[in-house]
Amino acid sequence: MSSMKHCLYWQGEFMLTLQFIPFTEIESLSSDERIEKLLSIVRENKIALVEGTLHKEESAALIKKTMENINQEFRGIEFAVIYPEQNDDAMFKRLRLKLINVLLGNRRGLTIIGPASVVKEIKQDPHKIDLYTTSHEQKSRKVLKQKHNSSSKR
Amino acid sequence: MLQIIKRFVHKIFRDIFRTRKVLKVGFYGPPNGGKTTLANRICKDWLGEEMGSVSNVAHETREITIKENVSIRSQGKELIFNFVDTPGIATKIDYEDFLKHGFTVRDAKERAKEATKGVIDSITWLDTMDVVLVVLDATINPYSQVNITIIGNLQAREIPVLIVANKIDLKRADVNKIKAAFPQYDVVGISAKHGNNVDEFYEALFVLAG
Repeated sequence: MSSMKHCLYWQGEFMLTLQFIPFTEIESLSSDERIEKLLSIVRENKIALVEGTLHKEESAALIKKTMENINQEFRGIEFAVIYPEQNDDAMFKRLRLKLINVLLGNRRGLTIIGPASVVKEIKQDPHKIDLYTTSHEQKSRKVLKQKHNSSSKR
Repeated sequence: MLQIIKRFVHKIFRDIFRTRKVLKVGFYGPPNGGKTTLANRICKDWLGEEMGSVSNVAHETREITIKENVSIRSQGKELIFNFVDTPGIATKIDYEDFLKHGFTVRDAKERAKEATKGVIDSITWLDTMDVVLVVLDATINPYSQVNITIIGNLQAREIPVLIVANKIDLKRADVNKIKAAFPQYDVVGISAKHGNNVDEFYEALFVLAG
């Protein structure tokens, strides 16, 4: 298996799995297959770190496919695509990067996709990304409290 | 430079071959940005009636709503529009979020189901728009993947875009942050709810449609 798995422990009890997907693992796949592969990883409650960027149309297709898959267990995704060439204003640089993309595919940049049940929010800034996670315990406590409040109102 | 030439050629061809006189304008953006409030503002200004219901609860609009043949005059010109209000685009929908607003579990699940369908419809309808108003809440960080995806897809389809920075009546609103996030697009700051800066919005809409 060419992808690497990394595990982090948070407060000693909440495990977060980051699965790295190298570009070589998805470059030969069609857009549909690529999206299906990424969503299957996310549905296993893992955060996918993908080498390279999705096409703009693929990002929209990813949202559509996510919506089709939403149910009581899978509540959706949080994702961020980092396009490194955005900061390069020089025309020659941009042309060079476009040529690299044509020759090698969209392997520059990074795509992060996580399940909404684990990743609460990804805050993007031109220079950094903040990823906020949700503890399952916290979430279930919150929901129970809400249910309790709504039933006591009645 | 290439982009400017490409846009110019596209505009020339569009103007030469455009036979329709009515422009289809889509309202796009994340939930609770104020798309329906803006659509209502326009329809009230020019038709005397509202387009849809608004609410603080996200995903109030879960179906595509169309208002046809809305005639708008600005600076001595008149244009006719078909306005298409779309459900907010989101990457996650959790039925438990609706429980906070007093929904029963059954209603919350139903609303979540309708909301997911609404997002799919919004994306599917993107191709059919002549121009799009991307309505963003000016109090919220604009660097979200939903915003980037919407605007990126419009750019890929060469659909003209006007970014509407809504809710400028609120203290935390920061129109400049939206301008900085999407420097290649025109951004107009308004309050659709209170009508602030609406004249400038109509002028920008005419420039976009023209």
